[in-house]
Amino acid sequence: MAARQAMPHQDPKERARNFDEVALGYAEEQAIAEASRCLECRNPKCVQGCPVEVDIPGFIAQMKAGNFDGAIATIKLTNSLPAVCGRVCPQEVQCEELCVLAKKGEPVAIGRLERFCADHERKKGVAAPLRTQSTGKRVAVVGAGPASLTAAADLAKEGHAVTMFEALHDTGGVLTYGIPEFRLPKAIVKDEVEYIKQLGVDVKVDYIIGKIKTLDELRNDFDAVFLGTGAGLPKFMGIEGENLNGVYSANEFLTRVNLMKAYRFPDYNTPIKRGKRVIVVGGGNVAMDAARSALRLGAEEVSIVYRRGEDELPARKEEVENAKEEGIVFRLLTNPVRILQGDNMTVKGVECIRMELGEPDESGRRSPVPKAGSEHVIDADIVIIAIGTSPNPMILSGSDGLKVSPRGTIVVDESAKTSIENVCAGGDAVTGAATVISAMGAGKLAAQTISEYLRNN
Amino acid sequence: MSYTILEKKQIAPQVHLMKVLAPDVARAAKAGQFIILRIDETSERIPLTIADFDADEGYVTIIFQEMGKTTKQLAKMTDRDVLLDFVGPLGKPADVRKLGTVILVGGGVGIAPVYPQVKAYRDAGNKVISVIGARNKDLLILEDEMQAASDELHIATDDGSRGHHGFVTDVAKKILDSGEKIARIVVIGPPILMKVAAGMTAPYGVETIVSLNPIMIDGTGMCGGCRVSVGGETKFACVDGPEFDAHKVDFNLLMSRLGLYRPEEAQCQETHQCTCRSGN
Ligand SMILES: Cc1cc2nc3c(=O)[nH]c(=O)nc-3n(C[C@H](O)[C@H](O)[C@H](O)COP(=O)(O)OP(=O)(O)OC[C@H]3O[C@@H](n4cnc5c(N)ncnc54)[C@H](O)[C@@H]3O)c2cc1C
Ligand SMILES: Cc1cc2nc3c(=O)[nH]c(=O)nc-3n(C[C@H](O)[C@H](O)[C@H](O)COP(=O)(O)OP(=O)(O)OC[C@H]3O[C@@H](n4cnc5c(N)ncnc54)[C@H](O)[C@@H]3O)c2cc1C
Ligand code: SF4
Ligand code: FES
Repeated sequence: MAARQAMPHQDPKERARNFDEVALGYAEEQAIAEASRCLECRNPKCVQGCPVEVDIPGFIAQMKAGNFDGAIATIKLTNSLPAVCGRVCPQEVQCEELCVLAKKGEPVAIGRLERFCADHERKKGVAAPLRTQSTGKRVAVVGAGPASLTAAADLAKEGHAVTMFEALHDTGGVLTYGIPEFRLPKAIVKDEVEYIKQLGVDVKVDYIIGKIKTLDELRNDFDAVFLGTGAGLPKFMGIEGENLNGVYSANEFLTRVNLMKAYRFPDYNTPIKRGKRVIVVGGGNVAMDAARSALRLGAEEVSIVYRRGEDELPARKEEVENAKEEGIVFRLLTNPVRILQGDNMTVKGVECIRMELGEPDESGRRSPVPKAGSEHVIDADIVIIAIGTSPNPMILSGSDGLKVSPRGTIVVDESAKTSIENVCAGGDAVTGAATVISAMGAGKLAAQTISEYLRNN
Repeated sequence: MSYTILEKKQIAPQVHLMKVLAPDVARAAKAGQFIILRIDETSERIPLTIADFDADEGYVTIIFQEMGKTTKQLAKMTDRDVLLDFVGPLGKPADVRKLGTVILVGGGVGIAPVYPQVKAYRDAGNKVISVIGARNKDLLILEDEMQAASDELHIATDDGSRGHHGFVTDVAKKILDSGEKIARIVVIGPPILMKVAAGMTAPYGVETIVSLNPIMIDGTGMCGGCRVSVGGETKFACVDGPEFDAHKVDFNLLMSRLGLYRPEEAQCQETHQCTCRSGN
């Protein structure tokens, strides 16, 4: 069996100082070579691992024959954002984990092939979609993240008049304000939004539902509503020193860098503190993105402080590897106890404690317990907290009867319906912080439910 | 999106008033709320309080003081110019109810956000005693409007060029000492003024409310950059506030966090001035 094709990357030393995309994508020969590794299983396990059930052996077979136009068409039958998913999906726990080749060695690089096909199409220019005949029904889509982008596209294709409302001044949700340019170029997100505009979706930014209009008003103005408001509310740890100058939530740090382009300060006017020694608390994608952004802003040392071990890091494996190559220090089985204060209420360091993995809890994960007497101080001038987010409650003001769980997530049934008649919801707002592809899957399901509802009402 | 400036005028040295066409915001606005604007693609997002609004005409009035890069750039704009973004109304509306007699204190540009509250408290059936102040008489804004909207208006200037010679807090203290029953005091102005006011009213046990102005980005609860400490708890001023119980606010933390980007702000202005000059 041929070895899996390596992804060409920008040199680690060089890329650690710029915001250009890290992974450069396969060349055509590489793509065909990698596609040729696929066995085209009759009962493909990989497809079961894909939340939107892309016909993986199908598109890979087309690639083998050099039919990239056909391949992207196959992917797009079920995945409307392949240029995004090929870059950010955690393939190692989805399709690639289940690929039969994974048992013997290395799975087919399905994500990289998907990306290749999407980039191939982007280079050629995506054809403007045909507009469907109007149904005369009006649907409001709240939020402009992957859940809403998917729902809006599918609803528009059905012929409904869709209006999208986004609180921020730009569309894309986390794809725009959270995931950095070096991992997901913003031009890709922009093109996806252009595409849904061409489908006839009316996109309104600077428009907060719950402030300008309530959900109750929206339900009267439109025939149906989709809520894709995400989980944008940052959590803090509640430890001493968390409000000191120099402590950021990952959301703030990344919003300054990505949405406001602080990495181009002062040409862009939003400032950011460029630390010398930066500590990022957490082990997910958000933590990796924050750490690697801090490095690119010029930090001398950036550490990830995470309370569990390497195997438990929830981030995409590829990003952990990239981060290591770039020189990010991993301080695993370590947890912050308090943030130490320097002059003028700034940060001087973080007192941490070592952790040990104890007995498995109900979820089967071994929970970390602090090791008495192992306290130690790590010097730092910037601390970034990346321990998770919860749903933003803004949407809830003026939404009588919308059922919400104690965690703040919107409650839906198996068809994405909320407790209110003509309102569906999906994505992080329903699941809590999850993945791009699960948000898209939910948007797709909700669009089907809404279309069905509109046919009957 | 784009939002047209209907009218722009200077109302005091370095203080400007702007009416911006934003019908959706105007329709939903309430006293105590604010907006966030962005002038163009490279600008910062800056928060400004809604100083007035007209739902029928569809405009929102903002009053701002030239502080740094963004407010100076804003000050150069004129009628018919457009702002790229203007989002709101943000924050919780002021909790205006019928309480009896209330004192509303505005210091400097803080008079602007106090003005809609004076009207709202009066409409709710309260007797409103307003106290406004500035460093000198030239910097005093909205005097006529405040006179018309209030039951009583008191004025203080630091240099004595108009009204009481001293601080607005001195005047408010005198009113408290006069024995008139005061149900609530609302104080809006520079953080140091709000801090002093909180200390002044504490012994009287009068409910005191301040409107906090930490550095913000999104204004939607998404970044936590605006966090303040109130009664030992961390709150996000943009969604939990901006109004809080003055006696519980950690003003030292607020003031220190407001200074976080001072070196960068200076750099931003310098770069801006350089490019302006070379362009001339
Ligand atoms: C830094 C970071 C890195 C990540 N990396 C990955 C990755 O590599 N792979 C992966 O699969 N997932 C990743 N994720 C997770 C993924 O981005 C999210 O799961 C996904 O974006 C959720 O999509 P969504 O559409 O539900 O919500 P979001 O993308 O959060 O979008 C919600 C939108 O709704 C808007 N909104 C909220 N309330 C209102 C309102 N009241 N009115 C109007 N608009 C409103 C918000 O402003 C926002 O734009 C990452 C997340 C972060 C933060
Ligand atoms: C809820 C709220 C309401 C406000 N209402 C008014 C108002 O009605 N009129 C008025 O003149 N000012 C108001 N401000 C303050 C105003 O937002 C700042 O003066 C403005 O952002 C300064 O920007 P700059 O680029 O001109 O100056 P800079 O040089 O960038 O900053 C000058 C100082 O302003 C503060 N500041 C900077 N950026 C921000 C930001 N993004 N958010 C908040 N503060 C910042 C900092 O303390 C800084 O030191 C309000 C602030 C808040 C949070
Ligand atoms: S499981 Fe692996 S080898 Fe089989 S079809 Fe899927 S990608 Fe190809
Ligand atoms: S300004 Fe971002 S949370 Fe308040």
